[in-house]
Amino acid sequence: MAKIISIKEAMGMIQDGMSIMIAGFLAVGTPEKLVDALVEKNTKNHTLIAISTAYPNKGSGKLVVNKQIKKAIVSHIGTNPEAGRQYINDEMEIEFVPQGTLVERIRCGGFGMGGFLTPTGVGTEIEEGKQRISIDGKDYLLEKPLRADVSFIRAHKADKNGNLTYRKAARNSNVVMATAADITFVVADEIVEVGCLDQDEIMTPGIFVDYLVQG
Amino acid sequence: MNNREIIARRVAQEFEDGDFVNLGIGIPTLSTAYLPEGVNVVLHSENGHYNFGPLTCEEDKDPDSINASGELCVVRNGGVFFDSTVSFDIIRGGFIDKTVLGALQVDQEGNLANWKIPGRVVPGIGGGMDLVVGAKKVIIAMEYTAKGEKKILKKCTIPMTATGEVDMIITEKAVFERENGVLVLKETYPGVTVEEIRELTEAGFTVDENLKTMSI
Repeated sequence: MAKIISIKEAMGMIQDGMSIMIAGFLAVGTPEKLVDALVEKNTKNHTLIAISTAYPNKGSGKLVVNKQIKKAIVSHIGTNPEAGRQYINDEMEIEFVPQGTLVERIRCGGFGMGGFLTPTGVGTEIEEGKQRISIDGKDYLLEKPLRADVSFIRAHKADKNGNLTYRKAARNSNVVMATAADITFVVADEIVEVGCLDQDEIMTPGIFVDYLVQG
Repeated sequence: MNNREIIARRVAQEFEDGDFVNLGIGIPTLSTAYLPEGVNVVLHSENGHYNFGPLTCEEDKDPDSINASGELCVVRNGGVFFDSTVSFDIIRGGFIDKTVLGALQVDQEGNLANWKIPGRVVPGIGGGMDLVVGAKKVIIAMEYTAKGEKKILKKCTIPMTATGEVDMIITEKAVFERENGVLVLKETYPGVTVEEIRELTEAGFTVDENLKTMSI
């Protein structure tokens, strides 16, 4: 069952070198409070798993600017010039993953599957080092699961059991990333009593959530 | 009329009413300004929704409602929000009727290169590789050459986005389609000759026996 903790308590669980999933698409759906607290904590050598490195001053990109990221597993860095600079100068390693493959690898990581087969990337650089498997005459790449030590999730509403709803396009990678980390931290716009959310509207069941982070 | 407008107007003719489409930034997105009378398309956005359009009034402004380019947008009545995995299940599953994208290079085998120039800063892949593999029809919308460099080649020379997936190429000078694995010149812009196209094209192609003039 989810526990409500302070942002200080949350940061106390994060150490140098941990892998961190940060939900959001171009910072929409990213819990900025957790990112800001991590910038302040200034831990280093993290592996960032995110759809993109967002912007220098918004979303996961702030950790890149603060030089806390050793390796980024992302689909896109084009909106963050500092990520491009660090990549070109070998200051940060980047594993580019097609966006659909990225989120599906995370789904595999969250739900105990050993990987999945996708036609995306066959015959391209993405294939390097991967197994190509032919099923009924069509070629696929075997893509392996992806998990992280912690994930940062932003919900719209959370009840005290950790059941979550999201708003509009802020849902994006939150749903899948909430399932695939050893510790899932959620910042919600609003925390409500159990029973206040319509059970049919819950998008992330609280079973996936470890901590609701307040304030 | 500039090249971008010519290409966008020709792209718009490819849409059928009710198509689910995903458009790249630039010329592909511009094409929706020239949809024929009575044709409406449903725009899909990788970040997790479809049936969106641009903001038209201040009161619709919502920081949680953006398109895949990061612009604020409105998801209209009948549209729906979903999470990233569903968004790419839709793409990979073949539910997108048409995708229109730009290209750095295309070749006669239908290979596409549009994500990486070695030695330069790489913006990344985003949803491009999934879209090209998953969409029912892949249309490349681009200017014919890049600062004089040929772009329609025998074989792409820079890292590819996907192999053998390009169905159609729309440019300001000509329109090609791939038929039975062969590139076929279908249309030329008024005043552009087949000889001129041959000079500007490295790829091998055949000329359709009913070669038409591009009508925009």
